[in-house]
Amino acid sequence: MNSKSNMKTRSTMLKRAFTAAFPYTIPIFAGFWFLGITYGIYMNVSGFGFWYPMLMSITIFAGSIEFLTVDMLLGAFHPLQAFAMTLMINARHLFYGISMLDKFRGLGWKRIYLIFGMCDETFSINYTATIPEDVDKGWFMFFVTLLNHIYWFSGATLGGIFGSLIHFNTEGLDFVMTAMFVVIFLEQWLKEKDHTSSLLGLGLSLICLIVFGADSFIIPAMLAILVVLSLLRQPLEKGGDAE
Amino acid sequence: MTVTEQIITVAMVVLGTAVTRFLPFLIFPAGKPTPRYIQYLGKVLPAAVFGLLVIYCLRNVSVFTGSHGIPEMIAILVVVVLHVWKRQMLLSIAGGTVCYMLLVQLVF
Repeated sequence: MNSKSNMKTRSTMLKRAFTAAFPYTIPIFAGFWFLGITYGIYMNVSGFGFWYPMLMSITIFAGSIEFLTVDMLLGAFHPLQAFAMTLMINARHLFYGISMLDKFRGLGWKRIYLIFGMCDETFSINYTATIPEDVDKGWFMFFVTLLNHIYWFSGATLGGIFGSLIHFNTEGLDFVMTAMFVVIFLEQWLKEKDHTSSLLGLGLSLICLIVFGADSFIIPAMLAILVVLSLLRQPLEKGGDAE
Repeated sequence: MTVTEQIITVAMVVLGTAVTRFLPFLIFPAGKPTPRYIQYLGKVLPAAVFGLLVIYCLRNVSVFTGSHGIPEMIAILVVVVLHVWKRQMLLSIAGGTVCYMLLVQLVF
């Protein structure tokens, strides 16, 4: 009897976390299916079977580097170069990790999966979402991560299988990701008292984009953000809670 | 490339990605107190990162050629106005995306 009612509370708890998490992932479903299918088609026309995008989307689960991996697979065999390039493209994940150190504390095995699946979109939602009091935070973040992972995986696989058959005008649909990050930026902006960091992020990234160009501005932008935020530590910490 | 070489290449990308995601958690394990400086960074970095991600999405927009970034500007404005007005995440994202699709398909 007792274990039965325990199981019932557990399933109610899981259901509640899922119901809270799902709406946040809907825009990502649109974006990931579009990008994932595009990625699958790209692999398909590059001469790879559907199991390539299928396996890569599930194991790598980081959009931009997966597109670049297609080029790597078509070129000469340079494993160390592939490794170094991945570190550079994905270096922004280090910032996500630092921001999530506290939020992922005490979540047991779920923590491993949450870290593994922390792509841009998952991080942004898990960091900014207002999780209701009665919803388990660990399971909420777990479902956000899992759903996004499934969207990306299914999109990439479908693109790999049916890619060449899709014929409707999707031009501009990729803007859904830009729109989502604008909304997340705004949410943070409306929540915070001090806008220094938000403005620095926009400004320094824009300057680095102009100076270094689209393909190599991320690392300089990250360094610039790190240096300026470190220099501003005293005034920003004095100004009270940065959130 | 042979299949083995392909597997190794993909494995390197998987490993590289995992390193960037797990490293902060390995350096600052849950059991030990995190240094104050890192705690400070954890608090102020996200806002800057969201700014970086917005710019990252727009990195291939050219102001000098093609449509001069005008559809992007209009669509972002729509997202901002919708979001400040209704504060409904899905509505703002869908509204901005539909607006952008109409602009690039029909106007520009």
